[in-house]
Amino acid sequence: MKLFASLGRVYAIMAKELVQMRRDRMTFAMMLALPIIQLILFGFAINTDPKSLPTAVYAEDNSPVVRRILSAFEQSGYYQLLRRADSPQQGSDWLAKGEVSFVIHIPEGFTRRLIRGEHPQLLVEADASDPAAASNAISQAREIVNQALGTELKGPLQYLRSPPPQVDVVVHKRYNPEGITQYNIVPGLLGVILTMTCVMITSMAMTRESERGNLENLLAMPTRPHEMMLGKICPYILVGLVQTLVILSAAKYLFDVPFFGSLGLLLAGVMVFIFANLCLGFTFSTVARSQMQAMQMTFFFFLPSILLSGFMFPFRGMPVWAQSIGEVLPLTHFLRMVRGVMLKGNGMPELQQEFLALTLFILVVGTVAILRYRRTLD
Amino acid sequence: MNELAIDVSGLVKRFNNKAVVRGVDLQMPRGQVWGFLGPNGSGKTTTIRMICGLLEPSAGEGRCLGFDIRRQARKIKDATGYMTQKFSFWEDLTIRENLEFVARLYNLSGRKKLVDTTLDKLGLTERQGQLSGALSGGWKQRLALAAVTMHKPDLLLLDEPTAGVDPQARRDFWDEIHQLSNQGMTVLVSTHYMDEAERCDQIVYLAHGNILTQGKVDDVIEKAGLITFQGKGHNVRLLAEQLKGVSGVEHVAFFGAALHVSGRDRVSLEKAIAAFANDDVNWQEIQASLEDTFISLMQDAGKDTREHG
Ligand SMILES: Nc1ncnc2c1ncn2[C@@H]1O[C@H](COP(=O)(O)OP(=O)(O)OP(=O)(O)O)[C@@H](O)[C@H]1O
Ligand SMILES: [Mg+2]
Repeated sequence: MKLFASLGRVYAIMAKELVQMRRDRMTFAMMLALPIIQLILFGFAINTDPKSLPTAVYAEDNSPVVRRILSAFEQSGYYQLLRRADSPQQGSDWLAKGEVSFVIHIPEGFTRRLIRGEHPQLLVEADASDPAAASNAISQAREIVNQALGTELKGPLQYLRSPPPQVDVVVHKRYNPEGITQYNIVPGLLGVILTMTCVMITSMAMTRESERGNLENLLAMPTRPHEMMLGKICPYILVGLVQTLVILSAAKYLFDVPFFGSLGLLLAGVMVFIFANLCLGFTFSTVARSQMQAMQMTFFFFLPSILLSGFMFPFRGMPVWAQSIGEVLPLTHFLRMVRGVMLKGNGMPELQQEFLALTLFILVVGTVAILRYRRTLD
Repeated sequence: MNELAIDVSGLVKRFNNKAVVRGVDLQMPRGQVWGFLGPNGSGKTTTIRMICGLLEPSAGEGRCLGFDIRRQARKIKDATGYMTQKFSFWEDLTIRENLEFVARLYNLSGRKKLVDTTLDKLGLTERQGQLSGALSGGWKQRLALAAVTMHKPDLLLLDEPTAGVDPQARRDFWDEIHQLSNQGMTVLVSTHYMDEAERCDQIVYLAHGNILTQGKVDDVIEKAGLITFQGKGHNVRLLAEQLKGVSGVEHVAFFGAALHVSGRDRVSLEKAIAAFANDDVNWQEIQASLEDTFISLMQDAGKDTREHG
């Protein structure tokens, strides 16, 4: 009987929350538009393997071999030869201003020295201020030149080709053999978007009541903290699931991200993850004194979530202290789940730990929320 | 069953170390209608909030409907209806949705029918689908009263329920309050209107966080011992300025064309008036009004707080 009454109160709050959400056009639109905008921004714009980078050439020598090398640079896809510099100084200027990312310098007498076997230098100046932007192109440079020479140095010049390596290293790129960034980013975005919206929505839960002057009325009625929490959280699980649906569809039809694991398992993970974030948002709203503060707390939490969870940067590449912060964040565990299920076909045995971590997070944060919940207007 | 609906003693509330309620004792029997009066900022709302468990007292103890106000707030809330001073139902919910929310929250049985009859009694059946934020001030107050009484509470705490309500609606409101009282509810109403105070079984007058006086209206007036003379006639208005500050005159106020001059010392008051007695002005002793009494009590309280810091 008591449980029945308690459920009734949870239902009352849920129903009210749902109606209010439906009426608040702005928030409602944001909750649906946000995943779509973020998907487009991140999904299409971010590329960790950038191609067609602007390149200038300063060639003091011109021969079929040089032309062959330059065209090989262009054909690799990484370099786009846009300009010819008239002096080394001009090339450096462009690099400094950021107008080009690379300057390829072919010194005078390059061809002559090559044929004489004098190992001439070919200088590639790179704007390496952003390592991620330049590194793949740089690592390709030597290979590009060697291959160009391989086809160009024929007949009597064959001896000038570089010798084959002593050891053949075989690399198996598993789970994402073509190294397509979207395969990694889009599933990650599911976690990022859910973190952002879920925490934000519930962080407004109590502060909105107090800012609109409804808190006094709400507190004058007999509700328990956990009833309030459940009533305020449950409607938004629905919102989170709709967002999930949008993103998973986009992953499949827009970005062709493969899906190896079980959809049911992923949805179970999504539910737990959404609940964890909603709990955290509710906790914020019991601590914050105004909607502004709640918003600030959300962003304060969002930043490390994006940076330290392994969404932006490889998790295992971070220093140990950063990894330990990352382990506390729900997004970290969710990323392992969603990437695991979609790209690796992981099952429950592999993901057990992540489920456990998220459940622990919910228990801790939920307890804090109930302890912090203000039953009076003090 | 405890005969007292409200039984609190020594209630103190401080905000940032400033006491706004300074030791309120209140014993209110069940089944009555009491008026809670006092100037702005005197602590009426704060006291009511402490009684229904919405604010924790800084000091003092008490029981409301037999439940401890510090430890059993939930039980109190179950059996109390509290109408806040400022409209605090959800303006982005419709009239009906607000009532349904309350009905669900209290787990009232026969919810749909109950909401229907409530709407019907309010005369809002036709407008039930409107957002409550679109209602005029007076209608908001009526909706709020209906909403806080739906669960048939034992105690009703109404904080200035008729502020900004037109006279006819105010009368209807009080008829409703008396009806609820006849059904057995205990009602504590805060108000600034003297005519409403006179409709109460008893009144409690609060100033600067202290109860200055309480009792039946006539008793309160009599206890204050105020003597009032009414002056009528030509040019009576010109006398007001001259009478102020004369010894024995505590305060001077206009009631329409008449001037009320009051004080507690009959001899010096009569002497003061005698100086202005002429053919143009006709003086007559009348019973002091509740308002005269309150103003004079306030002035004393003001002196006290100044003297005692
Ligand atoms: N939460 C609060 N924090 C700080 N001060 C407060 C708070 N609530 C009330 N006060 C102050 O306490 C004093 C008493 O306020 P209260 O609202 O109880 O008066 P009131 O008698 O209801 O006045 P009114 O007739 O204007 O409604 C006021 O000076 C008010 O500014
Ligand atoms: Mg008040």
